[in-house]
Formats: sequence, structure tokens, C-alpha cells
Amino acid sequence: MENHVLLFDLAQIAALLVILTLLVKPLGSYMARVYQGERTWLSPALAPLENLLYKVAAIDRDQEMDWKQYAVAMLIFNGLGVLVVFAVLLLQGWLPLNPEKFPGFSWDLGLNTAVSFVTNTNWQSYSGEAAASYFSQVLALMVQQFLSAASGMAILMALIRGFARHTAETLGNFWVDLTRGTLYILLPLSLIAAIFLVSQGVIQNFSPYVKTTLIQSVQDAKGNAVTEQTLPMGPVAAQEAIKEVGTNGGGFFNANSAHPFENPTPLSNFVEILLILLIPAGLTYTFGRLVGSSRQGWAIYVAMLFLFIGALATLYLAESHGNPLVQKLGVPGISMEGKEVRFGLGGSVLFSSATTGTSCGAVNNMHDSLTPIGGLVPLMLILLGEIVFGGVGSGLYTMLAFVVIAVFVAGLMIGRTPEYLGKKLEVMEMWMSVVIVLSAGIVVLVFVSVALLVPEAVKAMANPGAHGLSEVLYAFASTANNNGSAFAGLNANTGFYNLMCAAAMVLGRFAPKVAVLAMAGSLVRKKYVPPSLGTLPTDQAPFIIWLVIVIVIVGALTFFPVLAMGPIVEHLIMRGGL
Amino acid sequence: MKAIRTAMLLFICLTVTAGVIYPGVVTLIGQLAFPRQAMGNLVQKADGSPAGSLLIGQPFSDPKYFWSRPSATSDFPYNPLASGGSNLGPTNPDLLKQVADRVAALKASGLPGPAPADLVMASGSGLDPHIRLETALLQVYRVAGGRGLQEDRLRRLVQEQAEGRQLGFLGVDRVNVVKLNLALDNLK
Repeated sequence: MENHVLLFDLAQIAALLVILTLLVKPLGSYMARVYQGERTWLSPALAPLENLLYKVAAIDRDQEMDWKQYAVAMLIFNGLGVLVVFAVLLLQGWLPLNPEKFPGFSWDLGLNTAVSFVTNTNWQSYSGEAAASYFSQVLALMVQQFLSAASGMAILMALIRGFARHTAETLGNFWVDLTRGTLYILLPLSLIAAIFLVSQGVIQNFSPYVKTTLIQSVQDAKGNAVTEQTLPMGPVAAQEAIKEVGTNGGGFFNANSAHPFENPTPLSNFVEILLILLIPAGLTYTFGRLVGSSRQGWAIYVAMLFLFIGALATLYLAESHGNPLVQKLGVPGISMEGKEVRFGLGGSVLFSSATTGTSCGAVNNMHDSLTPIGGLVPLMLILLGEIVFGGVGSGLYTMLAFVVIAVFVAGLMIGRTPEYLGKKLEVMEMWMSVVIVLSAGIVVLVFVSVALLVPEAVKAMANPGAHGLSEVLYAFASTANNNGSAFAGLNANTGFYNLMCAAAMVLGRFAPKVAVLAMAGSLVRKKYVPPSLGTLPTDQAPFIIWLVIVIVIVGALTFFPVLAMGPIVEHLIMRGGL
Repeated sequence: MKAIRTAMLLFICLTVTAGVIYPGVVTLIGQLAFPRQAMGNLVQKADGSPAGSLLIGQPFSDPKYFWSRPSATSDFPYNPLASGGSNLGPTNPDLLKQVADRVAALKASGLPGPAPADLVMASGSGLDPHIRLETALLQVYRVAGGRGLQEDRLRRLVQEQAEGRQLGFLGVDRVNVVKLNLALDNLK
């Protein structure tokens, strides 16, 4: 591959990481103010609206909740979301804003999609341009892209308060955290992003689809002449923005961010990648600020950055070598199957790393067609629990569970009392951290095993051999970890996959969330233990390195066997003709 | 139970805020500030008839046109109602057969040199409007022959239509095939 291409790609990667790092502190401290209930520079515009919402919903903003009340409120709100989205999707044929007259979803697809958007997964077994009305896209799916993201951030805030408060009972008010996260963080960022995206060519309208004449007519598969193209329309930019900002990932169109109407230029691509990483990265600083030591936040940011760069470099290297089987046919260079010309290799692999290191799941190239190691990296980023830089809220609370485990194990090894941020880590914290870290992994391994025993599920594989296993593994990794991207060849719109994936999404989302709140409830009651000589410093390089090692070991031990049978075997086949 | 009532009321409030006000504002500003982009960058032929969108690729097989990338959309290539890629894995025999067939077809058309990757492998969207600049230049001889035009003149046209790296470093040097072929038809 040509050297100048590599230089431009490196420049793009460097620019992204520098801009991201520069934004961590301003955005992080802004978000800290939002969740502390303080005034921000947006208050003059938003406080009247905020107060109105509290008034209509009869919310007392000063009423605090303990962890159980917080969990109940979160579960009720999300349950309500599933019901509403499910109803809208089934009834969309009778609802307005449906110029293409799409009928309602089947019940299993509707349930899968409702669960998918409420859990911040955005796994899509339907094709947006051919199945979803504007009403469904905007009022059901896009609204959940806001609310699921705000829910995730709220849970994180409860956990942070668990660390920050001492000998207390309550963790904040779920309704207030949800409302403030939506109004002060997600909406303003999305609004700016959406308008920028329109300037690049992302469409934003409510028009019926547009029929146009092809410049040159062609023949379809049956030999009939095709002279027209029907261009789908829709309010895409609004959804595109929150899709990335809230690490949702659910595209307006089937091709997601590979679609030129969702992601038209290299610059729109760069901005979308930045938007995916922005809040998760900023939250590390919010965390540090709220627990009283921004160094603790930076330590986690550095660990994430380290893992991100490692994953990105592996993915880039794998893809830059291309596919030797295709090269043998006389096609030099990288594999372009599933990739768009305009993004280049750098813009493609950067997007793939960002979308799977977070719980986003938007794609600008088809992961199913990546080289085996190229496909292994996104899969591994998902399987590690999406902690690099993680989904909004969910990434950091999963990372903090890894921190608890790392502190505990380190404490055992060097004979020190496990303490983190002045809190003693005891049985409850360990149990809950293990649930947070391992529940998705257990769901993945069990569900993949079940799928392999069901002939119908095996038949849904689009690619033969080891790659077919990777497709099924990716499907359950993606749904259980609430990512939503796919090795999309798998025909997942079947009763089996719709229901199994829905179950995986629910378990993978709410088991850790409730465990996080239970841990927060336990932490908040503890008294503050001032650091002593026996305390392990968690804001210095040795701990950061240790944390990365623990994450990699847990991930490798859990998933190595199945990865060996999927992508690793395929890599050997591709390279050496195994 | 009070929590259920609160959840329902807040749900309605936030649905109106995020699902009505927000998209309304984006649509309003988008349509006022960027009307052409918000409506999909639609283009017309010289006679004013609609000719698609500058962002959505179209299939070309006639030697008189620059060819675009292979597209894996169902029913017919570049079907915008079925965006998506082939999802063929790297070791899938179907992929290798497709690529081999396309390489052979390009050879038969007289394309010089090794086959460029973007002309033998399908895009992710199935609607990619671009090919690399080098890939367009490779096709100049064929289009010039098909139209009885000077190769130099065509090469100039391709260079004029080329899109460079955005902000100087993002993306790759490329040509929009829809735009290029429209300009080609307007040359006469």
C-alpha cells in the first residue's frame, strides 16, 4: 500500500484522538454540572422547559431515591418504552406520516425492534427504507435513541454518587437525571450535529419517495429493463445525529452509515466518529470531577485510549494487507468488498473501531466482509463489554466494574485491603462486578451454543464454514452487549433470531444495570476510609497497565475457544490454505 | 402506583420534546439553510428531466459511460430501496467467483493493467456514487473510443470532476460517476 495513503490515514487518526482528548475536559465538566443540578450556560434557554416538564409530570426534583426506587423507576420507564414502540410498529399502517403505506411489523419483528431500541442496542432485522414509516422512525425509534441513552447515563450517575457520597442512602432522582441528560446534553449536541450533517448532504424532509430516470437503463436479474430509480426520503439527519451521540447505532436505512444519505462525505464520516466517542470519553472526566479527583477520571481515559489504539492498529494492519485470495485473482491492494470509496481505509477502520468499542453499532462498511482478523477486532471490542470508550453511561459503569475487579485482584496479590476511592470493596461489590462483567458473556456463549443446535438457526448463516460461526457469534455478542452492528449476511429476521436476540438484549442490558444500582446502593452506605500507606493508588501508571491486563485476560479467557473456531481458523485458511 | 403515572407523563413530555420539537427544528433550519442538501442533492439532465441524486450511484454498463462499482442490492444493481452490501466473507467461494468473473469482464473490455479493487468488489451501501480517480482514468480509453472523443479531452474532464481530500487530508481522491457521466452527456 502506498506510503502517502498511510500518512493521510495516520493524520486522520491523530486528528480525531487529539480533538477528542481536547474535548474531554470541557464536555466532562459541563456534564458534571448538569448532573449536579447546577446552572449551566444553557439554563436560560432550557430551565423553563425543564421546569414545565417537572410540573406536568408532577416530579419533585429534590426527592431522592434509594437504589431500589431508582431501579424500579428505570425498569418501569423502559418497560413503558417497549410497549409504546411495539404498539407503534404493529399499528404503523393506520398511523400518519406513512407516505409509502408500509404495513405494520410482524409481532416477533416488532418485539425485537422495540426491545432493541429501548436497550440502546439498535439491532435491526428490518430494512428502514422498505419497512418503517416516518412516524415509526421519528416518534418511536428516534425518541428511544434519546431515552435509552439518557437512561444509561442516569445509571452511571447513580453509581458515581455511590462512590462520591458517604454513609448515605440515596443515589439521586431517576426522573431528574433522565430529563436533564436528555435536555442539557443529548438534545443540544444532536441539534448542532444534525444541522452540520444536513450541510454535508444528509437529507432531512418528510417527502414521499422520489422517482427518477436512470442515466443509462439496465436489466434486472430476470432480464427486464430497469429505467427508473426510486430514491428514499425522510428526516434522516435528526436521527443520524442522536444515533451517534447516544451510541445507539440504528440507521434510517439498511446500509446505515455506509449509505450516502446518512454519511455523504469524508468529513461527515469524521464528525460521526467523533460524535460516537464524545460523550463516553467526556464521562470519564465527569466521573473524576464528581468523585473529587479528576486524575481518577484521566486514569480510566488513558486505559481506554490504550485499548482503543491497540484495537485500531490491529484492525488497520489486518485490512491494509488485503485479502490474499482476491489478490491471487489479479486484484492488488486492500479488499473493497463492503467498503465505500469516499471514506478510504482510515475512515472505514476508524469507524469500525469506534462503533464497536462503544455500544453504538452503526457501520460505514460491512463487517461481514472484513478480513478475518479485521472482523475479529470489532467482535472482541464488543465481547470485552464495550468499554473503549464505551456506550453512553453503560461503557463507564462496565469499566468501573473492571476497575473493582482489578483493585480486588491486585489487593489479593500484594496483600493490601481492596479499597477504591475511599470505599472498602467487599463481597457485595465483587458479586455485582462479576455480574456486570460476565452476564453478557454468559448469554453470548449459551445462546450461540443453542443456535448451533437448531437447524433453522444454522441455515440462516450466509457464509459457509468458520465464517458462518462468526456470524452467529457476532449476532449474540452484538445483541447481548447492546451494540447492534452485525455480520449482516446472517438472515436474522426469523422467529428464532428475533426472539432469542430480544432475550439477549434484555438480559444483557438490565441484568448489569440492576447490578450496578445494587452495587451503588451498597457503596453509598459505606463510610469514607482515608487513603493510608496500605492503599493501592489507582491514578498512576502501574494501575492503569494492570487494569488493561485484567481486561484483556478476562476477555481472552472467556472467549478464546469460540474465537479460535471462528475468525482465527478462517484467518489461517485465508493465509495458508489450511 | 405513583411511579407508573410519573413514567407515563414524563414519557409523553419527552416524546414531544425529542420526537416533535427537535426534528421540527432540524427540518426547519435544514430546509431553510441547506434546501438542496436536505432534499437529497437531486440533479437534472441538460433537458431538465430528473436524473437522480448526486449522492446515490447508478449502474452503467455501456462502454460509452464510465462504469461505477459493482452493487449487491437486490432486484437490480443500485436499487435505492434495498441498500446494503453482499456480506460475503473473505473466504467465501461465491465472493471469489464473483471477483474472478468481474476481472475477466474487465479484461475482455480491454481495461489496461491489473483490475482495480473498487471495480470488482461491491460497496457496503450498494449505492456508492464514487470510484477512485485512478480507476476513472483507466477507463478513459474505452469511453473515448465509444464516443469518438480525444482521450486528452476526456482526461481533462475527469480531472475537472475529481474530488480531492476534504480539508486536505480526509478521504481519498475520487470521482463521482453520476456527475461525471452527466457532464459527459453534456459535452456534445
